[in-house]
Amino acid sequence: MTIQIRKGKRATEPQCLGSQRSLNSEDLLFPNQTGDSKAAVYFQLSNGRFRPPPAHRLIAHHIVDTIAPIFFRVSRTMWLPLRLTLLLLFLLLSPRALLRSGSAAVVSGEEEEFHEELLLKPLPDRKVLAHFHFHSIAPPSKSNGRHHHLFPKAISQLVQKFRVKEMELSFTQGRWNYERWGGFDPISSNNAKPPGVELWAVFDVPEDQVDAYWKNLTNSLSGLFCASINFLESSTMYSAPKWSFRITPGRLRYGTLPREAVCTENLTPWLKLLPCRDKAGLAALLDRPSIYKGFYHSQRLYLTSNASVPAETVSGISLEQTLTVVLQPNSPSSSSIHSGESNFQPSWSLSSIFGRKISGKCVLAQSSIVYLQLEKSIFSEQKDNMDNGPNSLASEGFAGGSGFEMSLDPDIVIEEENQSQHKGSSVLYGFWVEKYNESQPFDLGLKWKYPVFWSSRQAPLHASRFLMGSGNERGAIAILFKSANSADSSSGSRHVSDGCELQVDVFQVVPWYIKVYYHSLQIFVDDEAKPIGDFVHKIQVSPSKDKTSPGMMEMLLKLPCDVRSAALTLEFDKGFLHIDEYPPDANQGYDIPSAVISFPSFHSVMHLLSNDSIRKSPLLSRFQEKNRVQSYTEVLLVPLTTPDFSMPYNVITITCTVFALFFGSLLNVLRRRVGEEERYLKAGKKKGWLRVLLSRLLAKLRGKPMEEPDQPSSESAPLIGKKLVLKVILVAVLAVAWQFYST
Amino acid sequence: MATANTEEEKSKSEQQKNHGGGGGFTRWAVLAVIFRLILIYFPGNLNLSSRPEVSTPLTSIRRLAEGYWLKQSSMSPYAGSMYHGSPLLLSVLGPLTVKRTILTYSVANAELKGSLVTFYAVGCSLVFVLADLISGILIRATGWKLQMTYRKSLKSLNLLNKSTDSGGLSSGDIAALVYLWNPFTIVACVGLSTSPVENLFTILTLYGAATGIAPLAAFGWVMATHLSLYPAILIIPVILLLGYGPDAPPSKLFRSKENGKVGDDTSSQDIIFSWGRVLHLLVWTSMWSVYVLVLCSISVKQHSSLQEMFQRTYGFILTVEDLSPNIGVLWYFFAEVFDFFRDFFLIVFHSNILFMILPLAIRLKHRPCFLAFVYIAISSMLKSYPSVGDPALYLGLLGLFLDELADMQFSFFLFCGYVGVSLLSPVMHNLWIWRGTGNANFYYATAMAYACFQIVLVVESVSSMLNHDRKLMKLSASKLQK
Repeated sequence: MTIQIRKGKRATEPQCLGSQRSLNSEDLLFPNQTGDSKAAVYFQLSNGRFRPPPAHRLIAHHIVDTIAPIFFRVSRTMWLPLRLTLLLLFLLLSPRALLRSGSAAVVSGEEEEFHEELLLKPLPDRKVLAHFHFHSIAPPSKSNGRHHHLFPKAISQLVQKFRVKEMELSFTQGRWNYERWGGFDPISSNNAKPPGVELWAVFDVPEDQVDAYWKNLTNSLSGLFCASINFLESSTMYSAPKWSFRITPGRLRYGTLPREAVCTENLTPWLKLLPCRDKAGLAALLDRPSIYKGFYHSQRLYLTSNASVPAETVSGISLEQTLTVVLQPNSPSSSSIHSGESNFQPSWSLSSIFGRKISGKCVLAQSSIVYLQLEKSIFSEQKDNMDNGPNSLASEGFAGGSGFEMSLDPDIVIEEENQSQHKGSSVLYGFWVEKYNESQPFDLGLKWKYPVFWSSRQAPLHASRFLMGSGNERGAIAILFKSANSADSSSGSRHVSDGCELQVDVFQVVPWYIKVYYHSLQIFVDDEAKPIGDFVHKIQVSPSKDKTSPGMMEMLLKLPCDVRSAALTLEFDKGFLHIDEYPPDANQGYDIPSAVISFPSFHSVMHLLSNDSIRKSPLLSRFQEKNRVQSYTEVLLVPLTTPDFSMPYNVITITCTVFALFFGSLLNVLRRRVGEEERYLKAGKKKGWLRVLLSRLLAKLRGKPMEEPDQPSSESAPLIGKKLVLKVILVAVLAVAWQFYST
Repeated sequence: MATANTEEEKSKSEQQKNHGGGGGFTRWAVLAVIFRLILIYFPGNLNLSSRPEVSTPLTSIRRLAEGYWLKQSSMSPYAGSMYHGSPLLLSVLGPLTVKRTILTYSVANAELKGSLVTFYAVGCSLVFVLADLISGILIRATGWKLQMTYRKSLKSLNLLNKSTDSGGLSSGDIAALVYLWNPFTIVACVGLSTSPVENLFTILTLYGAATGIAPLAAFGWVMATHLSLYPAILIIPVILLLGYGPDAPPSKLFRSKENGKVGDDTSSQDIIFSWGRVLHLLVWTSMWSVYVLVLCSISVKQHSSLQEMFQRTYGFILTVEDLSPNIGVLWYFFAEVFDFFRDFFLIVFHSNILFMILPLAIRLKHRPCFLAFVYIAISSMLKSYPSVGDPALYLGLLGLFLDELADMQFSFFLFCGYVGVSLLSPVMHNLWIWRGTGNANFYYATAMAYACFQIVLVVESVSSMLNHDRKLMKLSASKLQK
């Protein structure tokens, strides 16, 4: 019924809002599109359990919603106070909503919001990082019911149905190069993901139901994103890390699919969640060939919902969609000009790396900003190179006399607060996209004038992981930590409290067919074997169970600060699978998912000089959040032995033949009688009752009367009956036992 | 058997040099122990502890160490699918493995600790060497007892002159030396598999039953069953041993002799089945079982339960879960067989052992010790995770029946077969697993051949034992006719 009212009203709304409506109503149909029966069932259930909001709230909301568009057209200035009063009225009508919206930490206001931002950053190895950040916010509300203006309905249904408190899903192709592209900044800590699919979710349900909710969630996500996330449903694929993966404890489940291929069929449903899709705004830049040509590509979906909302309200959700790509700009012009300079940074523009320009913002977005992030060390280097005199960074950037030139003037320059004086700090140039339109598209270009060198800020330890040993019987996993840049960053940046200790959290999940011997854990610090107790502060292991659960290891290491290298080794035996458990390409090997290495005492946070625009920008506020530095190690490929797939029948028949040979020949030996024994046997043989019976029967048939003819028959009939009954009972008992055993 | 023969030749020739059986045995037993100690001294146990022939999921010392580590870090030792042994074994051997693993890597930096390290590293091996030595001594004692009673019963039948010509070493000595010098035993001992301990308890059962000490037999049987399920079927030979006494010629002989010479009362007592001792045994068995169960529940109660223990030990044995290669054939069979037939074949293979119990017991009830040997051989052939410790045991026991099995067929063929298989099997394993040039079928073929040789051994030994009985019958019949 509510849907009807809304549809009637929608005709009066602006055009783009109308398109958004159609998108939402299309989302209602998404279970059909998934082809996933489970997902479909759940959403049907949700429809069945639809509960109309109380009447007075409905009315208040409808007043707001129906009057609003009219005034929207008349004047913007008049609309705001009126709306506020109406809102007040609505809040008075339902005082509980006020409390709830106040308690919602995630959501700022009562309005659904959408922000789009793009961060561009040249990387030291002549590549460009483009980081798209789309942020949708749905406030907690009773009035909206299950309908949204901007927020993707599929996601809100997901959150409500599966009681998801926090969830992150990432699709990644390629590997983040921590050494060159940085391992300390917020982008690498939050957005560098392991190859394939990674999914973790925190649920707001009792502990014993978490697994069931996880399974349903994986199935519906699988349908939503056209990926085989439903493989994470099997209990051998996910684990429940306690403390090493995320600091906040919760009902967390974590699973990865390292071999999942990510391509455009995963991107399209992801873009569908955006209000403007890729038709307008920043997302219009996402030209598929140029994205998938890149070195690294990671699309990510992160959502939080405010927990513990009562049943009648819809929880507020904040959805963060990011797409991180590392691309190689090909700029023939710069190389032709400076043909001698091989180490020249390539000049690029948006149109050269994406092949498209931005023609205005997405109309539905509250903000649409493009940032260009440059390392501060570039400027210092330029000063060294040119001796240009100290200018302010802002003027230097686009002054034309410095090392680079931007094709457009930035609207805002944000500097990272330089509290610890290390080379990682950077400068952000912001561009408002709303100033540009179809006729004057936004096409930011960056042109380098002089060769510059800088390096990205590294995590305190660079972690890598490799396999040791040969053959298909056993091996060892080694995780190697190398001090990344011992010379410069060791002095100032260490947030060490007592003594000088470097805390490292290791979280590693190993599939069950890699049978890890946890007692064989060895630690080598600076190439010397050391007792484990000296460095391993805390370790928690949940060993793998065959065909049931993967092995999980969580470990807190405390290494001395001046450590040059540290290595952990764990031995394992390779398991042998049943032939049905091998994938089609069995000889390729099996993937051990990436280990997560995090440094709890280090936080990747940008201290930006506080500004109004920063507070409004979700991207920058995300950068300013305190997150611990995190990195992923390589995925390991373990070859496993294969049996012969082609001859199960031969094996079965040959084995059975041998067993039959044993059984037959042994029985034959046991029952064989020779010579005298045979005679003994014949002499001692008495006539069986059957033979007696037969002879008597024959005698009777011949007509010769025998004495007591009916006595044996009456004697034998109950005898047979008893035996028969006994046999039947025996068979029945066996059958029952079999049934009991098999169920 | 074939190894037995050669060992027998060796020890016989040795025996001729030093007159006096006891001296020869002691010397060779000591030499066997010294040989093991020398092998243990080599670093890394010659990589034997990770060989598939030596360490199965049930007997691997590395899995035991893992179980002990889990227990020490306050988890159930059965968490994960690593450890499937007894919790008692864990409490006894576990501490030794831990010292070993902690201290071995400090060899690299601390030269001074070297002596200490080797001491602890050897600690675990010493237990197995000791187990082997005790097994050898017990086999010898059992053999001696068997020989004494057998001679006595033959004397009572006036058949003694036929079988006493095997001068020199008694069959017990030979059996013990075969056990101690069998390469399989040595490999299992040096490779730190737990099978020497399991074998020790099996032999203890036989010794206790043969000498008529019911509590000892009960203890051995309960422990052996607790450690590796399959010795459970030995309860029948043990009852027969205690009821009828040790191996004797068929009871028909005594009966026919009685018929011939009326009024002779010396032989008639041999046929009587003494229920008293059997009841004694059963009482003791139940007592020991309760005792072992209580001990187990005490040791597992902190982190797991008895039910989990049974699931992870007996359940793991019965539902062949681990498909890693071993010298048996079941791993490959269950890796290849279709899933919906799995339960059926599990039942078929396990009942293959059970099916043979009754026919063998009926036919060989006058020779319970030999019956025990046949049971052990059959179960080690059909068990889900066989290791070289199992053939080591039954080949050792085979030595006890040298006199009776003297005219066994195919003994040279079997000897060659065992040698060939034990040489080929590691080669095929290497080709398949390490080099990747071979195929799983190569290794499976050697396992298949090994199974066939075992079958021939069992069938031939049973048949020649029955033939031996026939010969005795004939002899006694001819004597009676005189």
